[in-house]
Amino acid sequence: METTSTLEKTLRLIALTLVVIFFMFPIFWIFLMSFQTNETILAIPPSVIFTPTLSNYAALITGKLTTAAGTLDIAFMRNLGNSIFLSVTSVALALVLGVPAAYAFARHKFKGSEDIAFTLLSFRFAPPLLVLLPLTQYFQWLGLSDTYFGLIWVYQLICLPLILWIVRGYFEDISADVEYAYRIAGHSWFATFRKIALPLAGPGIAAAGLLAFIFAWNNFVFALVLASADKQPVTVGALAFVTSSGIQYGQIASAIVLSVTPTLALALYAQRYLVEGLSLGAVKG
Amino acid sequence: MSETALFIKGVDKFYGPIDHGVHAVKQLNMDVKKGEIIALLGSSGCGKTSTLRMIAGFEAVSRGTIAMKGREVQTFAPVKRNVAMAFEGYSLYPPLTVRENIAFALKASKLSQSIVDEKVANIAKLLEIEDIMGRYPSSISGGQQQRASLGRALIRNADLHLLDEPMGQLEPQLRALLRGRIKHFIKERGLTAILVTHDQTEANALADRIAVMEGGVLQQFDTPQMIKERPANLFTGTFVGEPPMNVFSAGISGTGDTVSFGLNEGVKLDYKASDFSHEVRAELMKRSKVVLGIRPYAVRRSEGGVGAKVAVNQWLGDQTHIATDFAGGTMVLVEHDRTNLAIGENVGIRLDPSSLHVFDGESGRAISHGQELA
Repeated sequence: METTSTLEKTLRLIALTLVVIFFMFPIFWIFLMSFQTNETILAIPPSVIFTPTLSNYAALITGKLTTAAGTLDIAFMRNLGNSIFLSVTSVALALVLGVPAAYAFARHKFKGSEDIAFTLLSFRFAPPLLVLLPLTQYFQWLGLSDTYFGLIWVYQLICLPLILWIVRGYFEDISADVEYAYRIAGHSWFATFRKIALPLAGPGIAAAGLLAFIFAWNNFVFALVLASADKQPVTVGALAFVTSSGIQYGQIASAIVLSVTPTLALALYAQRYLVEGLSLGAVKG
Repeated sequence: MSETALFIKGVDKFYGPIDHGVHAVKQLNMDVKKGEIIALLGSSGCGKTSTLRMIAGFEAVSRGTIAMKGREVQTFAPVKRNVAMAFEGYSLYPPLTVRENIAFALKASKLSQSIVDEKVANIAKLLEIEDIMGRYPSSISGGQQQRASLGRALIRNADLHLLDEPMGQLEPQLRALLRGRIKHFIKERGLTAILVTHDQTEANALADRIAVMEGGVLQQFDTPQMIKERPANLFTGTFVGEPPMNVFSAGISGTGDTVSFGLNEGVKLDYKASDFSHEVRAELMKRSKVVLGIRPYAVRRSEGGVGAKVAVNQWLGDQTHIATDFAGGTMVLVEHDRTNLAIGENVGIRLDPSSLHVFDGESGRAISHGQELA
């Protein structure tokens, strides 16, 4: 038995290592690229031995992109700021609207509740491009195109259904009697919502928020069509690296590193909540 | 003692649209006096839990009124009714320890910490949960969670204590012990309690009065003794009592001096007319079909009795259960001696008119119990 289990352990370790390498290698390679110039990146055969340079990061931070054809202004840092602003406010708004709505859908079966919930979910089915063309027209009439407000509104199409449906499931998992027990002890339903339902669904809400944040962060088409350069997030801003004189791989790589950092940091921070959220009720205290 | 704690009048509960949805509770009328312990007894889906939840305020009342201490409360939020409840599913707060869960119920009452501690300690002792007070709900057994949940309800000084299957998860010995203690606790403090149960032993042991429910209809609301001795209808008669009442449908015939019940397979039970009161006889003679009921412990064996054949003979340690084939059905006898009858043996059975329950053949309503008119 001992030998089989050792063998099994070894095989498992090898399999895991392969998977990790498979998924992590591109990120690792991009990380290396971000410290190289275009020449070393495009050298054949590629090499991991090079003199690291911070010129890519410097170019991004100063906003001056030096190409063979001359210097080019790029607004990468502004794009990064836009991404953070748009994602954070969109998720915050979606949480404020979606969590009470999810609670209502979970606890109260009213006429048409399932239809409304499904309609909200169906926003996720519609191809964004199909929605975008008429939306552009409306937004122009309403004066909402090229505003943060308009973008955050459109981002609700991404965030709200996600939060609504995930959080609703968590609320449904909480026994209604726990809330009744609290209410009968002399508390209003709102106090019950705040003191019992929200904390118990907390990990689920954190998980849904994180997921919505990632989706919002990665969104491309909405911002591409509805916003001009100064309001666009990094996903759209990255197009600037495709210049008339070639593609700036080094800068793209460092831009990627910079743009995944916030999501990665958030995911690592929220990881314990995610795990806790999945095992809610199993082992507590 | 005679102050009314709860008054329920004409209450209907529909799940779904009124008059079209599932009719869970039908025209319920009930009054509970202060200091009484009431048991709602019935099988699953009889409407007892719906009733309890309407009293607590978790389910809307479709029609009718519920009044507590003289004011109608059916539209009030649970918080305004001053009731305490122990839930069937325990419903403890997961992030709090057992002690915190129980003490939590007193939070709204703003008692001093020392009084809270004392009350919690008393309850813990009462329910035998002193050893798990520091544990979290997820790390204790179902029975322990149930006792913690019961403690959380009993510790409050509410106008009404609602207990939904409060001891369903406990092992028999503990259940028997706690029954006595809880009854004493409730009586000592003059609390009013409504208990939902499907266990008739529990209802008999705890309750001053039992409300037997079936199909959303209150069948009978009376003391345990009256329910046993004078069941209002065939349902109550057969539902309450262990082993259940023997029932046989019978035709009636009679002359001036005799009353005869004709059972299946030509079995005939003849009684003297004087065995029944004049009123009962008049009621019986109006009908052609009735249902006879007799409790197993009231059935006697006798030499000259009606013939029956032993099918089962079982000594349970304190009583013998004998099942016999009788009139195309089964007649069960309970004897307190250790009887040893062979399977297939013929015995004579005597059904004393004073222990005979007679029910209407159509409606199942009781006509007579023993010699009296119902």
